[in-house]
Amino acid sequence: MSASVLSRTAWVVMAVCGAGAVWAQKTASDSIAEYRAMLQDGNPADLFEAKGEDLWKQVRGPNKVSLEKCDLGKGPGVVNGAWVELPRYFADMQQLQDLESRLLTCMETLQGFDAQTIRNTPYGKGEQTNITALATWVASLSKGLAFKLPQAHAEEKRLFELGRQLFYYRAGSHDFSCATCHSQDNKRIRLQDLPNLTTNAGAGLGFGAWPAYRVSNGQMWGMQLRLNDCYRQQRFPYAQFGTEAGIALSVFMGVTAAGVPTTAPAIRR
Amino acid sequence: MKTIITTAVLCVSALGSLCLPALSQSETVDASLQKTLSASFRAEGQAGMDRLVQDEANRLCSQADAAGQTLSDEDAERLRQSSFKAITWPTDGQFFGDYKLGEKLAQDGRGKTWSDKPGAENGGNCYNCHQISKSEIAYGTLGPSLYNYGKLRGISDVNSVAAKPIIDYIWGKLWNPRAYNACSSMPRFGHNSLLTQAQLKH
Repeated sequence: MSASVLSRTAWVVMAVCGAGAVWAQKTASDSIAEYRAMLQDGNPADLFEAKGEDLWKQVRGPNKVSLEKCDLGKGPGVVNGAWVELPRYFADMQQLQDLESRLLTCMETLQGFDAQTIRNTPYGKGEQTNITALATWVASLSKGLAFKLPQAHAEEKRLFELGRQLFYYRAGSHDFSCATCHSQDNKRIRLQDLPNLTTNAGAGLGFGAWPAYRVSNGQMWGMQLRLNDCYRQQRFPYAQFGTEAGIALSVFMGVTAAGVPTTAPAIRR
Repeated sequence: MKTIITTAVLCVSALGSLCLPALSQSETVDASLQKTLSASFRAEGQAGMDRLVQDEANRLCSQADAAGQTLSDEDAERLRQSSFKAITWPTDGQFFGDYKLGEKLAQDGRGKTWSDKPGAENGGNCYNCHQISKSEIAYGTLGPSLYNYGKLRGISDVNSVAAKPIIDYIWGKLWNPRAYNACSSMPRFGHNSLLTQAQLKH
C-alpha cells in the first residue's frame, strides 16, 4: 500500500469515527493495551541474564575467584531454585538475607570486595549494576517455580511479622503506607495497575516479577531498588540497600506468595 | 514474636492488673519496628528521618490495619473530633479560586519526595487516585470518582445557602480528611502544609 493510500485510509477512518469523546477514550485504551502487548514481545532482561551468568563464572575481585562456590541457601554453587526460598536465615551471617544482599556477602567473603563500599554505591552504578545482573540470572533459574520461603527459624518468623507491621506503617508527609496502594484488588494509580500484596495471587504477581526490566527508564531493577523507589514515592527517607526493613518486607511478600510460580525477570512499564 | 506474646499472656493471667505498668504487646512491637526503621533509612534531600515519626492518628490506624481490625468507636470519634477542631477555614471567607489552576494542581503529582526540589510548590496528586474531568482518562481508582461531584449533590450555585454544607465539607476534607473518616487514606493537604490556602481554593 502506498503512502498516499495509507494517509487517505487514515483520513476516512477519522472522518467516519469523528473526534467524539467516546472514540478518543476507546482509542487511547486500545493504544495502551497494544503498548502492553508489545512489551511482552521482547524482554531486554535477557541481556542482563547473560551478563549475570558471565559475572558468576568470571574470576573477579582482589581474591581472583569466581562466585561458583557461593551458597545461596541450598549449598555452595546451587543456583537452580535458590531464589524462590529467599530471603532466608543464613547461619554464617546470623541474619536473614535476600538474594541481592546474599550475593554481596559472597562477593565479599569469596572475592574480597568491600561490601560496605558497594552497599553505599548508588543503584545502577559500578558493582551495584553487577549485583542486579547476577540477581537477574539467579532469579531466571527459578522462573516458573513456586515460592517456598522457609519459616522454621525464629528469625524468619520474626521478620515476617516485622514485614507485616512495616507494610501497614503510615508516615511521611502524605501519611502513606505500602498498604495505601497495595491492599485492594483491581486498583490503579493513573493507569498503572497495583498488585494487592496482601493476597496470595497478588503477592506472587508483585514480588515474583522482580528483577524486572523497566521500559520507562530502560533500566533493570532488583527488588531492593523497587522498594527504595516505592518508599521514595511514599515520601519516606532513603531506604538503604540490604537493610532489615527491605528484607522484612520481602519475607512478608514472599511468604504471602507461597506456592505461586514466579515470572522474574519480568518486563514492566 | 511468639515469646513476646506468650510472656504477655502469662503475665496477664498470673498477675492480673499488677502487670499493667509493663510494656504492652503493641509497645514491644512498636519498639522493634522503630529500631528497624532507624537502621534501614537515612535522611536524603528534603526527606529527613522525622518523616518516619507517626502522630497518634497514623499510629492507631497503622496498628488497626496490621491487626486486620478497625479502630474502636471511641478512638475513631476522638480522632475525627480533634482533626475537625484543627481545620483552618479560609481566612478571607473565600472558598474558591481559579478552577483552571485547580485542574493543573490535580494533574501535578510532584512534591515532598527526596528527589524533588526542596521549597518548590507541591502538586495535589488528585488524578493519581480520582477521576475528575471526563477528558482525563489516565486517572487512578484508589479513591472514588469525583466526576460531576457538585452536580450529583444538587449544587447549581456554589454561593447558595443550600450549597454551604457541601462547600464546607470539600474544604474540610481537603484540609484534613480524618475529620470525617478517622483512617482515611487521603493525605491531609492543609493540616500537613502540603498545599496552601490559595492552592486549595483552586
